[in-house]
Amino acid sequence: MTTTLTDHTMKAFDSDLQDLARMVAEMGGLAEKQVADSVDALAKRDTALAQRVSAADANIDALQREIEEKSVLTIARRQPMAVDLRDVVGALRLANDLERIGDLAKNIAKRVIALNGEFPPPKLIRGVEHMADLVLEQMKTVLDAYARRDINKAMAVWRGDEEIDAVCTSVFRELLTYMMEDPRNITFCIHLMFCAKNIERMGDHATNIAESVHYIIEGRPIADQRPKGDTTTIAATQHGRR
Amino acid sequence: MSVAAFTVPNVTHTLSKDENLREKISIRDLDFFYGDHRALKNINVSLYQGKVTAFIGPSGCGKSTLLRILNRMYDLYPNQRASGHVRLDDEDILLPSQDLNLLRAKVGMVFQKPTPFPMTIFENIAFGIRLYERLSKSEVEDRVKQALERAALWDEVKDKLGANGLSLSGGQQQRLCIARTVAVRPEVILFDEPCSALDPISTAKIEELIDELKDDYSIAIVTHNMQQAARVSDFTAFMYLGELVEFGETTRIFTAPSDRRTQDYITGRFG
Repeated sequence: MTTTLTDHTMKAFDSDLQDLARMVAEMGGLAEKQVADSVDALAKRDTALAQRVSAADANIDALQREIEEKSVLTIARRQPMAVDLRDVVGALRLANDLERIGDLAKNIAKRVIALNGEFPPPKLIRGVEHMADLVLEQMKTVLDAYARRDINKAMAVWRGDEEIDAVCTSVFRELLTYMMEDPRNITFCIHLMFCAKNIERMGDHATNIAESVHYIIEGRPIADQRPKGDTTTIAATQHGRR
Repeated sequence: MSVAAFTVPNVTHTLSKDENLREKISIRDLDFFYGDHRALKNINVSLYQGKVTAFIGPSGCGKSTLLRILNRMYDLYPNQRASGHVRLDDEDILLPSQDLNLLRAKVGMVFQKPTPFPMTIFENIAFGIRLYERLSKSEVEDRVKQALERAALWDEVKDKLGANGLSLSGGQQQRLCIARTVAVRPEVILFDEPCSALDPISTAKIEELIDELKDDYSIAIVTHNMQQAARVSDFTAFMYLGELVEFGETTRIFTAPSDRRTQDYITGRFG
Protein backbone atom coordinates (compact mmCIF):
# COMPACT_ATOMS: atom_id res chain seq x y z
CA MET A 1 0.00 0.00 0.00
CA THR A 2 2.23 2.79 -1.20
CA THR A 3 -0.47 5.16 -2.42
CA THR A 4 -0.84 8.56 -0.79
CA LEU A 5 -2.81 8.45 2.44
CA THR A 6 -5.78 10.64 3.15
CA ASP A 7 -5.87 12.78 6.28
CA HIS A 8 -6.98 11.50 9.65
CA THR A 9 -10.37 12.51 10.95
CA MET A 10 -8.35 13.83 13.91
CA LYS A 11 -6.18 16.47 12.22
CA ALA A 12 -3.81 16.77 15.19
CA PHE A 13 -2.75 13.19 14.56
CA ASP A 14 -1.57 14.19 11.08
CA SER A 15 0.55 16.98 12.50
CA ASP A 16 2.02 14.62 15.12
CA LEU A 17 3.17 12.25 12.39
CA GLN A 18 4.38 15.11 10.18
CA ASP A 19 6.35 16.56 13.10
CA LEU A 20 7.99 13.20 13.71
CA ALA A 21 8.96 12.82 10.03
CA ARG A 22 10.31 16.38 10.00
CA MET A 23 12.40 15.76 13.12
CA VAL A 24 13.83 12.56 11.64
CA ALA A 25 14.66 14.42 8.41
CA GLU A 26 16.35 17.17 10.43
CA MET A 27 18.32 14.60 12.40
CA GLY A 28 19.30 12.91 9.12
CA GLY A 29 20.58 16.25 7.76
CA LEU A 30 22.64 16.81 10.93
CA ALA A 31 24.08 13.29 10.80
CA GLU A 32 25.06 13.73 7.14
CA LYS A 33 26.82 16.99 7.97
CA GLN A 34 28.66 15.41 10.88
CA VAL A 35 29.91 12.57 8.69
CA ALA A 36 31.04 14.95 5.93
CA ASP A 37 32.71 17.32 8.41
CA SER A 38 34.50 14.56 10.32
CA VAL A 39 36.02 13.12 7.14
CA ASP A 40 36.81 16.65 5.95
CA ALA A 41 38.62 17.31 9.23
CA LEU A 42 40.58 14.08 8.71
CA ALA A 43 41.50 14.92 5.12
CA LYS A 44 42.45 18.54 5.84
CA ARG A 45 44.07 17.80 9.20
CA ASP A 46 41.71 20.39 10.65
CA THR A 47 41.69 19.93 14.43
CA ALA A 48 39.39 22.92 15.00
CA LEU A 49 36.75 21.44 12.68
CA ALA A 50 37.14 18.09 14.44
CA GLN A 51 36.47 19.81 17.75
CA ARG A 52 33.33 21.42 16.36
CA VAL A 53 32.15 18.00 15.07
CA SER A 54 32.79 16.47 18.49
CA ALA A 55 30.78 19.22 20.20
CA ALA A 56 27.92 19.15 17.68
CA ASP A 57 27.14 15.50 18.41
CA ALA A 58 25.13 16.69 21.41
CA ASN A 59 22.60 18.26 19.00
CA ILE A 60 21.96 14.87 17.36
CA ASP A 61 21.58 13.23 20.77
CA ALA A 62 19.11 15.92 21.81
CA LEU A 63 17.06 15.40 18.64
CA GLN A 64 16.97 11.67 19.28
CA ARG A 65 15.57 12.27 22.76
CA GLU A 66 12.96 14.63 21.31
CA ILE A 67 11.93 12.03 18.72
CA GLU A 68 11.66 9.38 21.43
CA GLU A 69 9.52 11.62 23.60
CA LYS A 70 7.30 12.63 20.69
CA SER A 71 6.91 8.97 19.62
CA VAL A 72 6.01 7.78 23.10
CA LEU A 73 3.54 10.64 23.47
CA THR A 74 1.99 9.90 20.08
CA ILE A 75 1.60 6.22 20.95
CA ALA A 76 0.02 7.11 24.30
CA ARG A 77 -2.22 9.82 22.91
CA ARG A 78 -3.24 8.48 19.49
CA GLN A 79 -2.78 4.73 19.84
CA PRO A 80 -1.64 4.42 16.24
CA MET A 81 -2.50 1.38 14.17
CA ALA A 82 -1.19 -0.17 10.94
CA VAL A 83 0.74 2.30 8.75
CA ASP A 84 0.64 4.98 11.47
CA LEU A 85 2.06 2.56 14.03
CA ARG A 86 4.77 1.58 11.57
CA ASP A 87 5.51 5.28 10.97
CA VAL A 88 6.05 5.91 14.68
CA VAL A 89 8.08 2.75 15.24
CA GLY A 90 10.06 3.58 12.08
CA ALA A 91 10.85 7.09 13.39
CA LEU A 92 12.18 5.54 16.62
CA ARG A 93 14.33 3.09 14.70
CA LEU A 94 15.69 5.72 12.30
CA ALA A 95 16.50 8.05 15.19
CA ASN A 96 18.44 5.24 16.83
CA ASP A 97 20.49 4.50 13.70
CA LEU A 98 21.13 8.20 13.02
CA GLU A 99 22.30 8.70 16.60
CA ARG A 100 24.78 5.85 16.16
CA ILE A 101 26.00 7.38 12.88
CA GLY A 102 26.53 10.63 14.79
CA ASP A 103 28.56 8.79 17.44
CA LEU A 104 30.74 7.19 14.78
CA ALA A 105 31.39 10.60 13.16
CA LYS A 106 32.29 11.97 16.59
CA ASN A 107 34.70 9.09 17.06
CA ILE A 108 36.43 9.98 13.77
CA ALA A 109 36.67 13.60 14.94
CA LYS A 110 38.21 12.51 18.23
CA ARG A 111 40.82 10.50 16.35
CA VAL A 112 41.66 13.57 14.24
CA ILE A 113 42.16 15.51 17.49
CA ALA A 114 44.31 12.67 18.91
CA LEU A 115 46.43 12.61 15.74
CA ASN A 116 47.30 16.29 16.16
CA GLY A 117 50.76 16.82 14.70
CA GLU A 118 51.10 13.27 13.44
CA PHE A 119 49.20 13.10 10.21
CA PRO A 120 49.45 10.34 7.63
CA PRO A 121 50.34 11.16 4.05
CA PRO A 122 47.21 12.22 2.07
CA LYS A 123 47.33 9.18 -0.23
CA LEU A 124 46.57 7.00 2.80
CA ILE A 125 43.44 8.99 3.51
CA ARG A 126 42.11 8.73 -0.04
CA GLY A 127 40.64 5.27 0.47
CA VAL A 128 38.83 6.44 3.62
CA GLU A 129 37.56 9.52 1.79
CA HIS A 130 36.24 7.32 -1.01
CA MET A 131 34.40 5.19 1.54
CA ALA A 132 32.95 8.33 3.12
CA ASP A 133 31.70 9.53 -0.29
CA LEU A 134 29.96 6.21 -0.84
CA VAL A 135 28.39 6.28 2.65
CA LEU A 136 27.21 9.86 2.27
CA GLU A 137 25.55 8.93 -1.01
CA GLN A 138 23.88 5.96 0.71
CA MET A 139 22.69 8.20 3.57
CA LYS A 140 21.35 10.82 1.18
CA THR A 141 19.46 8.21 -0.84
CA VAL A 142 18.02 6.41 2.16
CA LEU A 143 16.86 9.63 3.82
CA ASP A 144 15.26 10.57 0.53
CA ALA A 145 13.61 7.12 0.41
CA TYR A 146 12.24 7.77 3.91
CA ALA A 147 10.92 11.23 3.05
CA ARG A 148 9.27 10.03 -0.16
CA ARG A 149 8.36 6.55 1.06
CA ASP A 150 10.22 5.22 -1.97
CA ILE A 151 10.75 1.50 -1.61
CA ASN A 152 12.94 1.20 -4.73
CA LYS A 153 15.45 3.71 -3.40
CA ALA A 154 15.44 1.96 -0.01
CA MET A 155 16.15 -1.37 -1.66
CA ALA A 156 18.96 0.18 -3.77
CA VAL A 157 20.65 1.36 -0.55
CA TRP A 158 20.10 -2.02 1.07
CA ARG A 159 21.86 -3.74 -1.82
CA GLY A 160 24.49 -1.03 -2.26
CA ASP A 161 26.30 -1.58 1.03
CA GLU A 162 28.38 -4.37 -0.51
CA GLU A 163 30.57 -1.86 -2.35
CA ILE A 164 31.44 0.02 0.87
CA ASP A 165 32.34 -3.27 2.53
CA ALA A 166 34.61 -4.18 -0.38
CA VAL A 167 36.39 -0.80 -0.29
CA CYS A 168 36.79 -1.16 3.48
CA THR A 169 38.49 -4.51 3.03
CA SER A 170 40.84 -3.02 0.45
CA VAL A 171 41.66 -0.03 2.73
CA PHE A 172 42.44 -2.45 5.57
CA ARG A 173 44.84 -4.39 3.32
CA GLU A 174 46.52 -1.19 2.19
CA LEU A 175 46.97 0.04 5.76
CA LEU A 176 48.35 -3.34 6.86
CA THR A 177 50.96 -3.08 4.14
CA TYR A 178 52.04 0.38 5.34
CA MET A 179 52.29 -0.84 8.89
CA MET A 180 54.44 -3.78 7.87
CA GLU A 181 56.67 -1.51 5.78
CA ASP A 182 57.46 0.81 8.67
CA PRO A 183 56.38 0.36 12.31
CA ARG A 184 56.36 4.18 12.73
CA ASN A 185 53.21 4.17 10.56
CA ILE A 186 51.37 1.98 13.05
CA THR A 187 49.80 4.71 15.22
CA PHE A 188 48.08 6.68 12.51
CA CYS A 189 47.32 3.56 10.48
CA ILE A 190 45.49 2.09 13.48
CA HIS A 191 43.54 5.37 13.80
CA LEU A 192 42.76 5.27 10.09
CA MET A 193 41.65 1.66 10.37
CA PHE A 194 39.20 2.63 13.07
CA CYS A 195 38.00 5.54 10.94
CA ALA A 196 37.46 3.14 8.02
CA LYS A 197 35.63 0.71 10.28
CA ASN A 198 33.49 3.58 11.62
CA ILE A 199 32.50 4.52 8.08
CA GLU A 200 31.79 0.90 7.25
CA ARG A 201 29.50 0.76 10.33
CA MET A 202 27.76 3.94 9.13
CA GLY A 203 26.99 2.07 5.91
CA ASP A 204 25.47 -0.74 7.97
CA HIS A 205 23.28 1.80 9.77
CA ALA A 206 22.19 3.18 6.37
CA THR A 207 21.06 -0.33 5.41
CA ASN A 208 19.25 -0.63 8.77
CA ILE A 209 17.42 2.55 7.85
CA ALA A 210 16.62 1.06 4.42
CA GLU A 211 15.14 -1.95 6.22
CA SER A 212 13.07 0.33 8.45
CA VAL A 213 11.80 2.27 5.42
CA HIS A 214 10.84 -1.04 3.80
CA TYR A 215 8.98 -2.01 6.99
CA ILE A 216 7.17 1.33 7.16
CA ILE A 217 5.97 0.98 3.58
CA GLU A 218 5.29 -2.76 3.35
CA GLY A 219 4.58 -3.78 6.95
CA ARG A 220 7.00 -6.70 6.80
CA PRO A 221 10.76 -7.13 6.91
CA ILE A 222 12.85 -7.64 3.77
CA ALA A 223 12.79 -11.35 3.05
CA ASP A 224 16.18 -11.72 1.29
CA GLN A 225 19.64 -12.05 2.78
CA ARG A 226 21.65 -8.86 2.37
CA PRO A 227 24.79 -9.19 0.21
CA LYS A 228 27.88 -8.55 2.34
CA GLY A 229 31.38 -7.74 1.20
CA ASP A 230 33.17 -6.98 4.47
CA THR A 231 36.07 -9.44 4.71
CA THR A 232 38.30 -7.27 6.90
CA THR A 233 38.61 -10.00 9.52
CA ILE A 234 39.85 -12.47 6.91
CA ALA A 235 42.15 -9.83 5.38
CA ALA A 236 43.93 -9.33 8.72
CA THR A 237 44.33 -13.06 9.25
CA GLN A 238 45.75 -13.65 5.77
CA HIS A 239 48.33 -10.91 6.24
CA GLY A 240 49.23 -12.31 9.62
CA ARG A 241 49.96 -15.71 8.10
CA ARG A 242 52.28 -14.47 5.39
CA MET B 1 -9.05 -29.13 7.56
CA SER B 2 -6.96 -26.87 5.40
CA VAL B 3 -7.69 -23.29 6.34
CA ALA B 4 -5.52 -21.81 3.65
CA ALA B 5 -7.68 -23.50 1.01
CA PHE B 6 -10.60 -21.29 1.99
CA THR B 7 -10.63 -18.32 -0.33
CA VAL B 8 -13.46 -16.08 -1.34
CA PRO B 9 -13.44 -13.70 -4.30
CA ASN B 10 -13.20 -9.99 -3.47
CA VAL B 11 -12.38 -10.59 0.18
CA THR B 12 -8.89 -10.78 1.57
CA HIS B 13 -8.76 -13.84 3.80
CA THR B 14 -5.28 -14.45 5.08
CA LEU B 15 -4.61 -17.11 7.65
CA SER B 16 -1.34 -18.84 8.21
CA LYS B 17 -1.88 -22.54 7.81
CA ASP B 18 -2.60 -23.77 11.31
CA GLU B 19 -3.71 -27.37 11.35
CA ASN B 20 -4.96 -27.00 14.93
CA LEU B 21 -7.65 -24.53 13.92
CA ARG B 22 -11.08 -26.11 14.06
CA GLU B 23 -14.05 -24.39 12.48
CA LYS B 24 -16.85 -24.02 15.01
CA ILE B 25 -19.18 -21.85 12.98
CA SER B 26 -18.89 -21.58 9.25
CA ILE B 27 -20.77 -18.81 7.48
CA ARG B 28 -21.13 -19.23 3.73
CA ASP B 29 -22.83 -17.06 1.10
CA LEU B 30 -24.82 -15.30 3.78
CA ASP B 31 -27.22 -12.50 2.81
CA PHE B 32 -29.51 -10.72 5.23
CA PHE B 33 -32.50 -8.53 4.57
CA TYR B 34 -34.40 -6.00 6.65
CA GLY B 35 -37.51 -6.00 4.46
CA ASP B 36 -36.13 -5.09 1.03
CA HIS B 37 -32.88 -3.71 2.35
CA ARG B 38 -29.96 -6.06 1.86
CA ALA B 39 -27.95 -5.45 5.02
CA LEU B 40 -25.40 -8.24 4.55
CA LYS B 41 -23.94 -9.19 1.21
CA ASN B 42 -22.43 -12.57 0.53
CA ILE B 43 -20.60 -13.00 3.84
CA ASN B 44 -18.10 -15.85 4.05
CA VAL B 45 -16.22 -16.24 7.30
CA SER B 46 -15.58 -18.75 10.07
CA LEU B 47 -15.38 -18.71 13.86
CA TYR B 48 -12.84 -21.09 15.32
CA GLN B 49 -12.90 -23.25 18.43
CA GLY B 50 -10.94 -21.69 21.30
CA LYS B 51 -10.42 -18.44 19.39
CA VAL B 52 -11.81 -14.92 19.66
CA THR B 53 -12.93 -13.22 16.47
CA ALA B 54 -13.50 -9.47 16.53
CA PHE B 55 -15.90 -7.81 14.11
CA ILE B 56 -15.06 -4.19 13.47
CA GLY B 57 -16.41 -1.55 11.13
CA PRO B 58 -18.30 1.74 11.13
CA SER B 59 -21.84 1.97 12.50
CA GLY B 60 -24.35 0.35 10.18
CA CYS B 61 -21.80 -1.91 8.46
CA GLY B 62 -23.71 -5.03 9.54
CA LYS B 63 -21.49 -6.45 12.25
CA SER B 64 -24.21 -6.56 14.93
CA THR B 65 -26.64 -7.91 12.34
CA LEU B 66 -24.20 -10.72 11.63
CA LEU B 67 -23.91 -11.49 15.33
CA ARG B 68 -27.69 -11.60 15.69
CA ILE B 69 -27.89 -14.19 12.93
CA LEU B 70 -25.62 -16.59 14.78
CA ASN B 71 -28.29 -17.29 17.40
CA ARG B 72 -31.27 -16.50 15.16
CA MET B 73 -32.14 -13.46 17.25
CA TYR B 74 -33.63 -11.89 14.13
CA ASP B 75 -36.42 -14.49 14.23
CA LEU B 76 -38.01 -12.38 16.94
CA TYR B 77 -38.71 -9.63 14.41
CA PRO B 78 -40.98 -9.66 11.34
CA ASN B 79 -39.70 -8.88 7.84
CA GLN B 80 -36.15 -9.97 8.60
CA ARG B 81 -34.67 -12.90 6.78
CA ALA B 82 -31.33 -14.55 6.10
CA SER B 83 -30.24 -16.70 3.19
CA GLY B 84 -27.15 -18.82 2.77
CA HIS B 85 -25.59 -21.21 5.24
CA VAL B 86 -24.49 -20.86 8.83
CA ARG B 87 -23.20 -24.15 10.17
CA LEU B 88 -22.60 -24.73 13.85
CA ASP B 89 -20.42 -27.83 13.70
CA ASP B 90 -22.34 -29.81 11.07
CA GLU B 91 -25.76 -28.34 11.66
CA ASP B 92 -27.20 -25.54 9.49
CA ILE B 93 -28.77 -23.22 12.04
CA LEU B 94 -30.67 -21.26 9.41
CA LEU B 95 -32.96 -24.22 8.65
CA PRO B 96 -36.58 -23.64 9.75
CA SER B 97 -36.41 -26.93 11.65
CA GLN B 98 -33.74 -25.56 14.00
CA ASP B 99 -34.78 -25.67 17.67
CA LEU B 100 -34.24 -22.04 18.65
CA ASN B 101 -34.18 -22.64 22.42
CA LEU B 102 -31.48 -25.22 22.00
CA LEU B 103 -29.56 -22.97 19.61
CA ARG B 104 -29.63 -20.05 22.03
CA ALA B 105 -28.34 -22.29 24.82
CA LYS B 106 -25.46 -23.34 22.56
CA VAL B 107 -24.84 -19.81 21.29
CA GLY B 108 -25.05 -17.37 24.18
CA MET B 109 -25.10 -13.62 23.81
CA VAL B 110 -23.96 -10.70 25.96
CA PHE B 111 -25.30 -7.30 24.99
CA GLN B 112 -23.99 -3.74 25.03
CA LYS B 113 -26.09 -2.72 27.98
CA PRO B 114 -26.07 -5.07 30.96
CA THR B 115 -29.49 -6.73 31.10
CA PRO B 116 -29.94 -8.45 34.45
CA PHE B 117 -33.43 -9.72 35.17
CA PRO B 118 -35.24 -7.86 37.98
CA MET B 119 -34.68 -10.72 40.39
CA THR B 120 -32.01 -11.88 42.82
CA ILE B 121 -28.42 -12.46 41.74
CA PHE B 122 -28.91 -16.17 42.39
CA GLU B 123 -32.14 -16.35 40.40
CA ASN B 124 -30.63 -14.43 37.49
CA ILE B 125 -28.37 -17.43 36.94
CA ALA B 126 -30.56 -20.27 38.17
CA PHE B 127 -33.42 -19.16 35.90
CA GLY B 128 -31.63 -20.16 32.70
CA ILE B 129 -30.27 -23.40 34.13
CA ARG B 130 -33.75 -24.54 35.17
CA LEU B 131 -35.07 -23.66 31.73
CA TYR B 132 -32.81 -26.22 30.09
CA GLU B 133 -32.14 -28.84 32.74
CA ARG B 134 -33.88 -30.63 35.59
CA LEU B 135 -31.48 -30.47 38.49
CA SER B 136 -31.71 -30.85 42.25
CA LYS B 137 -31.50 -27.74 44.44
CA SER B 138 -27.92 -28.46 45.46
CA GLU B 139 -26.92 -29.12 41.84
CA VAL B 140 -28.40 -25.77 40.80
CA GLU B 141 -26.52 -24.08 43.65
CA ASP B 142 -23.28 -25.67 42.47
CA ARG B 143 -23.89 -24.56 38.92
CA VAL B 144 -24.69 -20.98 40.00
CA LYS B 145 -21.47 -20.88 42.02
CA GLN B 146 -19.46 -22.28 39.10
CA ALA B 147 -20.95 -19.75 36.69
CA LEU B 148 -20.26 -16.82 39.02
CA GLU B 149 -16.71 -18.06 39.55
CA ARG B 150 -16.24 -18.42 35.81
CA ALA B 151 -17.41 -14.83 35.37
CA ALA B 152 -15.01 -13.64 38.10
CA LEU B 153 -17.93 -12.33 40.15
CA TRP B 154 -18.25 -14.94 42.91
CA ASP B 155 -15.98 -13.26 45.44
CA GLU B 156 -17.85 -10.00 45.08
CA VAL B 157 -21.39 -11.41 45.43
CA LYS B 158 -21.11 -14.65 47.44
CA ASP B 159 -22.43 -12.95 50.57
CA LYS B 160 -25.36 -11.28 48.86
CA LEU B 161 -26.78 -13.82 46.42
CA GLY B 162 -30.25 -12.80 47.56
CA ALA B 163 -29.73 -9.16 46.58
CA ASN B 164 -31.38 -7.81 43.46
CA GLY B 165 -29.24 -8.16 40.34
CA LEU B 166 -29.97 -4.54 39.49
CA SER B 167 -28.29 -3.40 42.72
CA LEU B 168 -24.88 -4.32 41.30
CA SER B 169 -22.56 -1.84 39.55
CA GLY B 170 -22.55 -1.68 35.73
CA GLY B 171 -19.41 -3.78 35.43
CA GLN B 172 -20.73 -6.34 37.91
CA GLN B 173 -24.08 -6.46 36.09
CA GLN B 174 -22.24 -7.20 32.84
CA ARG B 175 -20.29 -10.00 34.52
CA LEU B 176 -23.60 -11.28 35.94
CA CYS B 177 -24.89 -11.44 32.36
CA ILE B 178 -21.75 -13.33 31.34
CA ALA B 179 -22.29 -15.72 34.28
CA ARG B 180 -25.88 -16.18 33.15
CA THR B 181 -24.64 -16.98 29.65
CA VAL B 182 -21.98 -19.49 30.69
CA ALA B 183 -24.33 -21.14 33.24
CA VAL B 184 -26.22 -22.92 30.48
CA ARG B 185 -22.94 -24.29 29.11
CA PRO B 186 -22.85 -22.73 25.66
CA GLU B 187 -20.35 -23.60 22.94
CA VAL B 188 -20.19 -20.16 21.40
CA ILE B 189 -20.45 -16.77 23.13
CA LEU B 190 -21.33 -13.61 21.23
CA PHE B 191 -20.40 -10.26 22.74
CA ASP B 192 -22.08 -7.21 21.21
CA GLU B 193 -20.04 -4.20 22.38
CA PRO B 194 -19.89 -5.61 25.90
CA CYS B 195 -17.78 -2.80 27.36
CA SER B 196 -19.14 0.31 25.68
CA ALA B 197 -21.10 1.29 28.81
CA LEU B 198 -18.34 0.38 31.27
CA ASP B 199 -15.47 2.26 32.93
CA PRO B 200 -11.85 1.27 32.11
CA ILE B 201 -11.40 -1.01 35.14
CA SER B 202 -14.64 -2.90 34.46
CA THR B 203 -13.63 -3.06 30.80
CA ALA B 204 -10.28 -4.58 31.75
CA LYS B 205 -12.07 -7.18 33.89
CA ILE B 206 -14.35 -8.17 31.01
CA GLU B 207 -11.39 -8.37 28.63
CA GLU B 208 -9.50 -10.52 31.12
CA LEU B 209 -12.59 -12.70 31.39
CA ILE B 210 -12.86 -13.09 27.61
CA ASP B 211 -9.23 -14.17 27.59
CA GLU B 212 -9.92 -16.78 30.27
CA LEU B 213 -13.13 -18.02 28.64
CA LYS B 214 -11.76 -18.41 25.14
CA ASP B 215 -10.04 -21.74 25.78
CA ASP B 216 -13.41 -23.39 26.32
CA TYR B 217 -15.57 -21.57 23.82
CA SER B 218 -15.61 -20.01 20.42
CA ILE B 219 -16.08 -16.28 20.91
CA ALA B 220 -17.21 -13.46 18.62
CA ILE B 221 -17.04 -9.85 19.74
CA VAL B 222 -18.37 -6.75 18.05
CA THR B 223 -16.55 -3.64 19.19
CA HIS B 224 -16.00 -0.05 18.17
CA ASN B 225 -12.90 0.09 20.29
CA MET B 226 -10.01 -0.72 17.96
CA GLN B 227 -7.56 -1.25 20.79
CA GLN B 228 -9.97 -3.66 22.44
CA ALA B 229 -10.23 -5.68 19.23
CA ALA B 230 -6.42 -5.70 19.01
CA ARG B 231 -6.12 -6.78 22.64
CA VAL B 232 -8.70 -9.52 22.95
CA SER B 233 -9.04 -11.17 19.57
CA ASP B 234 -7.11 -13.78 17.61
CA PHE B 235 -8.84 -12.96 14.35
CA THR B 236 -10.35 -9.76 13.08
CA ALA B 237 -13.01 -9.24 10.45
CA PHE B 238 -13.46 -5.76 8.99
CA MET B 239 -16.92 -5.06 7.60
CA TYR B 240 -18.04 -2.12 5.53
CA LEU B 241 -21.43 -1.35 3.97
CA GLY B 242 -22.72 -4.89 4.58
CA GLU B 243 -19.67 -6.59 3.12
CA LEU B 244 -16.81 -8.43 4.71
CA VAL B 245 -13.80 -6.51 3.44
CA GLU B 246 -10.94 -8.28 5.16
CA PHE B 247 -10.48 -11.19 7.53
CA GLY B 248 -7.22 -12.31 9.06
CA GLU B 249 -5.04 -12.74 12.10
CA THR B 250 -5.45 -9.78 14.43
CA THR B 251 -1.70 -9.26 14.71
CA ARG B 252 -1.53 -8.65 10.98
CA ILE B 253 -4.75 -6.68 10.56
CA PHE B 254 -3.62 -4.08 13.09
CA THR B 255 -0.03 -3.78 11.88
CA ALA B 256 -0.21 -4.37 8.14
CA PRO B 257 -3.73 -4.77 6.75
CA SER B 258 -4.01 -5.74 3.10
CA ASP B 259 -7.05 -3.72 2.09
CA ARG B 260 -6.92 0.05 1.81
CA ARG B 261 -10.39 0.41 3.40
CA THR B 262 -9.31 -1.61 6.44
CA GLN B 263 -6.24 0.56 6.84
CA ASP B 264 -8.21 3.79 6.51
CA TYR B 265 -10.73 2.63 9.10
CA ILE B 266 -8.37 1.34 11.76
CA THR B 267 -6.05 4.32 11.45
CA GLY B 268 -8.95 6.74 11.90
CA ARG B 269 -9.04 8.09 8.37
CA PHE B 270 -12.76 7.46 8.00
CA GLY B 271 -15.66 6.03 9.93
